[in-house]
Amino acid sequence: MSDEKKPGLRSPLRRKLLMGMAALPAISMLPRASFAEAPPTSAVNTTGLAVTDSEVTVGILHSVTGTMAISETGSVEAEKLAIEQINAEGGVLGRKIKFIQEDGASDWPTFAEKAKKLLVNDKCAAVMGCWTSASRKAVLPVFEQYNGMLYYPTFYEGLEQSKNVIYTGQEATQQIIAGLDWVNKTKGAKTFYLLGSDYIWPRTSNKIARKHIEGHLQGAKVVGEEYFPLGHTQFNSVINKIKLTKPDVIYAIIVGGSNVAFYKQLKAAGIDLSKQTLLTISVTEDEIDGIGGENIAGAYACMKYFQSLDNPNNKAFVSAFKKMWGEKTVIGDVTQAAYLGPWLWKLTVEKAGSFDIDKIAAASPGVEFKGAPEGYVRIHENHHLWSKTRVGRAKADGQYELIYETADLVEPDPFPKGYQ
Amino acid sequence: MFGDYSLSDLGAIFAMQGFAGLILFSVYVLMALGLAIIFGQMGVINMAHGEFMILGAYVTWMTSNGFQQYLPSLFPGYFFLAMILAFIASGALGMLVEWALIRHLYKRPLDTLLATWGLSLILQQAYRSLFGAREVGVELPEWMMGSWQATDAIQIPINGMFVMGLTVLITIVVAYLLFWSRWGRQVRAVVQNRVMAGAVGINTEKVDRYTFGLGCGIAGIAGSAFTMIGSTGPTAGQLYIVDTFLVVVFGGAASLVGTIASAFTISQAQSTMEFFLSGSMAKVLTLLAIVAILMMRPQGLFALKVRK
Repeated sequence: MSDEKKPGLRSPLRRKLLMGMAALPAISMLPRASFAEAPPTSAVNTTGLAVTDSEVTVGILHSVTGTMAISETGSVEAEKLAIEQINAEGGVLGRKIKFIQEDGASDWPTFAEKAKKLLVNDKCAAVMGCWTSASRKAVLPVFEQYNGMLYYPTFYEGLEQSKNVIYTGQEATQQIIAGLDWVNKTKGAKTFYLLGSDYIWPRTSNKIARKHIEGHLQGAKVVGEEYFPLGHTQFNSVINKIKLTKPDVIYAIIVGGSNVAFYKQLKAAGIDLSKQTLLTISVTEDEIDGIGGENIAGAYACMKYFQSLDNPNNKAFVSAFKKMWGEKTVIGDVTQAAYLGPWLWKLTVEKAGSFDIDKIAAASPGVEFKGAPEGYVRIHENHHLWSKTRVGRAKADGQYELIYETADLVEPDPFPKGYQ
Repeated sequence: MFGDYSLSDLGAIFAMQGFAGLILFSVYVLMALGLAIIFGQMGVINMAHGEFMILGAYVTWMTSNGFQQYLPSLFPGYFFLAMILAFIASGALGMLVEWALIRHLYKRPLDTLLATWGLSLILQQAYRSLFGAREVGVELPEWMMGSWQATDAIQIPINGMFVMGLTVLITIVVAYLLFWSRWGRQVRAVVQNRVMAGAVGINTEKVDRYTFGLGCGIAGIAGSAFTMIGSTGPTAGQLYIVDTFLVVVFGGAASLVGTIASAFTISQAQSTMEFFLSGSMAKVLTLLAIVAILMMRPQGLFALKVRK
C-alpha cells in the first residue's frame, strides 16, 4: 500500500514521457541540494534502517478509512507537506525523505500490525502516526520491541513516557491548567460544569481539571460532571441540567460526531455562548468545519495552536498548506503538531549526526524548532514539548481569535504530582 | 438535588425536560420508521439503514450549497426541497439495491444481514471518496435555529419542534399507506402469504421493490432532518444504527404501533434517567432494562399474530 503508485505503463511513449517528467524536478534540485557533503551511510546508519546514500524511508501511519479518518486526514496532509518542504531544502543529512503510508483503518490491532510492518519489513527510520490514545497504546509495545521512533501529534491525557515516542501535542496539564487559571482570573469563574465523552482522555483531563479547580482556585467548585457514550447524539437532558445549575463555565471535552450534536442543540436550546462562558479543549478548527461556525461562535478553546496565529512562521505554513491541499482546508491544533513531527526528527537526526534510533532518542531532549508555526518549541527530557498554551474565541467564520497566551513556555508534566 | 432551587425554576426545567423527552421520542420514531417497514414487512435486516440516512444528509448539504450559490433569496425555504430530494435519492438507491442485491436473498434472511453490512461499508467508503473524510457542516436557515421563548424561563428548541411535526406527518402518511391504501393491502398480503398473494395476481416483486424503496426513502428524510441536530460525515450513520435496531426489535418486528410504543418507552426512560443520573449511566440502565424485558418477551412489545 505504498503511496507511490506505479503509473499505468501501457505505451512505451508514455513511459518515456513520464520518466522525462519525473527527472525534471530532480534536475532543478541539483544546485540546491548538497549531496556531495552527505556523510557515508555506514557511518550514519549502523542498525540496518532503510537509509541509502541518497534516500531515507519514513512511515506515515494514520487512519484514512473508518471513523477516525475525519480527524486523522489533517495530520496526514501536514506530515506530507513537512516532508515535501524538507526535501526541497535538501533532505536530512543529504538524503531525500521517501515515505511509505499505511492505513490504520480506525482499528487498533490493525495499527499494531501496520506498525510492525513499517518497522520490520520496511525498516523505517521514523514513523509519524497515530491519533487516538487507543491506537498509540496498541503500537507502543511494537515500537519498544523493535526499537522504532514514533512522532505522535495529538493532545492527550499524559501518564505515559517512552524512549521510542516523541509527543508533539500537549499533554493534559499543559492544556488544562493555564486555561482554567485564565477563565478564573479574567471571568471570575467560580462554578464549573464538566462534560466529556466517555473514554480515557476526557475522564483523565476532567480529573485534572477538578483537582485544579478544587485545590488551586480560590472558592471555585465543580457543580456537575458527566460523560456520554462516544457517538451520543442527544444532549437535551444535560442542557436542561446546565440551565438549572447555571454554572459560570461549561467545560466541555466532547469528541467526534457528538460534538456537532452538542453545539447544535446547545444553540437550539437558547444558550447564548456570547453570555454563557464555555471552555473546550477538544474543538479545533477541523471540528468547527463540521459543527458550523455559527453554532459555536463565542465559545473559548484552550490549546497551543490556532490557524489565525499572527507570526511569520504560521503565515508561511498556512499558505503552503492551502497551496498543497486546497484553499478551503482548515488547520487545527493537531494538524500543526503533526507538521512538527518530520521537522523535529530532521533536526534531531542532524544534531545526533546519525539515523540510529538510540542516538536520536538520546539527542532529542533540547532539540529546538524555531520555525514552528506555533512559535518556538523545544523537546523536554521526558520527550514531550515545551510549548505555549493559548486561549482563542470561536468566530462565526470558523476561525479562532487569539485572546490570551501564556508568557512563557509551559513545561510538559506527563505524571503530574497531586493530580492523580 | 433540588433543595437550592425555586419552585418556578423547577417547573420550567420540568417543562423543558418533558419536551426533551418528546423530541427524543420523535427522533427515535423518525429513524426507526424506515427500518420498521423494511424489517417488519419484508423480514430484511437492513444494516445499511444508517448509510441511507446519511445519503439524505449529504443531499441536504448539497442542496444547501446549491441554494447559497445560485438562489440565495430562497435559502430560508431550501430545507423542504432538500427533504424531498433526500427521499427521492435514498428511495432510488434503495430500489436499486433491492433489485441488485436484496431480491436474491429473500429466502436467506441472515444473509441479508451480512450483505447489507457489506453494503454499509461500501457506501461509507463511497461517501468518503466523494465528499471527503471530514465532516461537512450543513448550514441552516436562520429561522430554524435558536429557540422559541414560551415563557421567561422556558425555551423550546425550534428544530426539535420541527422534527416532532415532521415525525407526526410521516407517521400518518405511512400508516395511511400501509393500512388504508391498495398498495398497503398488497404489502400485507405479501407479508402474510407470498405464494398466495402472487397467485391472486399481485406483482410481488414490484411490491417488494417499492416497500424497500419507501423504507429507504424515509431513512433519507430522517437523515435530512437530523442535519439539524447531528453531524454529517461518512460514518455518521453508525451513530444511529444501534438505537434504531433497539427501537424496532423492542417494539416487535412486524408492528408499526409497537415501534412507536417502544420509541416512547425508550426515549422517556433515557431522558428521565439522563436528567437524574448521567449520560453513560442512563444508556447502561436503558440497555439493561431492554435486555431483561426481551428475555421475558422475545417477540417484543407488540407482536403480529400470523398463522405459521
